Amino acid sequence: MGKVIVVTSGKGGVGKTTSTAALGAALARSGQNVVVVDFDVGLRNLDLVMGAERRVVFDLINVVQGTARLPQALIRDKRLETLYLLPASQTRDKDALTEDGVERVIAELRMRFDWVLCDSPAGIERGATLAMRFADEAVVVTNPEVSSVRDSDRIIGLLDSKTIRAESGERLEKHLLISRFDPARAARGEMLNIEDVLEILSIPLLGIIPESEEVLRASNLGAPITICGRESAPSLAYFEAARRLAGETIEIVYPGQKRGLFAKLFGRRAA
Amino acid sequence: MAFALAPEPPVAEWLAELDGWLRGSAAFFAARPAVLDLAAVHLTGAAVAHLVAELKARGIRVLGLENIAAEKLVPGLPPLLSGGRTVEVADTAARATGEGAAKEAKRESSLIVDTPVRSGQTVFFPSGDVIVLGAIGSGAEIVAGGSIHVYGTLRGRAMAGTSGNANARIFCRRLEAELLAIDGYYRTAEDLDGNLRGRPIQAWLAGETLMLAPIE
Repeated sequence: MGKVIVVTSGKGGVGKTTSTAALGAALARSGQNVVVVDFDVGLRNLDLVMGAERRVVFDLINVVQGTARLPQALIRDKRLETLYLLPASQTRDKDALTEDGVERVIAELRMRFDWVLCDSPAGIERGATLAMRFADEAVVVTNPEVSSVRDSDRIIGLLDSKTIRAESGERLEKHLLISRFDPARAARGEMLNIEDVLEILSIPLLGIIPESEEVLRASNLGAPITICGRESAPSLAYFEAARRLAGETIEIVYPGQKRGLFAKLFGRRAA
Repeated sequence: MAFALAPEPPVAEWLAELDGWLRGSAAFFAARPAVLDLAAVHLTGAAVAHLVAELKARGIRVLGLENIAAEKLVPGLPPLLSGGRTVEVADTAARATGEGAAKEAKRESSLIVDTPVRSGQTVFFPSGDVIVLGAIGSGAEIVAGGSIHVYGTLRGRAMAGTSGNANARIFCRRLEAELLAIDGYYRTAEDLDGNLRGRPIQAWLAGETLMLAPIE
């Protein structure tokens, strides 16, 4: 049985789709069966970042409404054979999603894949709440700036109240992924520090993805950053984050902070 | 953001209690519309209309109704609301385990919240003190009939003494609040002394002025 993870944020444009694709590809690279699901009905982007926009025949809405079966809608990645995409519809909108339909689709995906990554739309309305409703865990993507942090706080509140897990009293594990971090700007006080963000949001840190031009380059080429641009700083950070998601304990080194020689030689402290 | 009024039977007694609160803070509801939560009472449509009129006579505008069967709605009543996001421990206890438990919960004079209060959440506890073991996020609200104690950073709004209790106080480990109010008298972040920010403070009411001082 697979794990369902919602990648959400509240705020738009912080890196949910980029992160869903990057984490999905990183997990698939280690041989796991991964599906990335686009919940942004009407404003779909995941297909573009995955480079699959010219192969979309059926989508999530078709499967929810029963006009197509799941295998007909799943698009296999050309580069990683265990990575699949379930795209969203571009011609409909979020009202076409029904809770029962989404429940059915998620249940079926859970049986076929080790990881089901749900790319949530921005906002707190139906699309976002349905994307999180059946999740086991959540990755909350946040930029180190005030609007994004407040919106993430709101979304965390919703994760603790509007999901099936929360309603049945179970814990929904939440992971913080800080994206577009620029250590120089943080040092100048133009951006929040990692500590500030952690203090406000109080959820465990999954990783810090540095700001980089490579991300835009990769998405214009139709590839997750962890496939195209694999050695870049954000890609390496995503690979580490994926390993932490899978349960590995890896110390987080803040960008811009050099590990002392002593620590490098003698210490690989567990995080 | 609206307050939820939850009448309990007998309604006449509840209205008398409300009158008592209003004597202490008459203008409290002047700018605050209320939502009427009818979970604990069984009223006909006409009785609900009468209750709404009684509240209107007391200066309380009811902007919506909760927990009433749609069939009972007669024309002229405020709309039925759903999906309210208030967090009220006493109310959810009532719905889950019946009236006996509800009366138990209402007699509790303090509410302890041991998780952070996230942006957009409201903790509404008119029966007494609220103690939060965590931070209050920006855009979150605590509304207490008694005092508010925040063992963490207060970034949102804290409104104490809402049942007309002018002796209520607000305490926090770190002041970053957007608004503080006691018994209806409030100050926004702009009116708070700059060198109180980021420090542990207590707030209390002296006459009609909200006073703040650091806690050493």
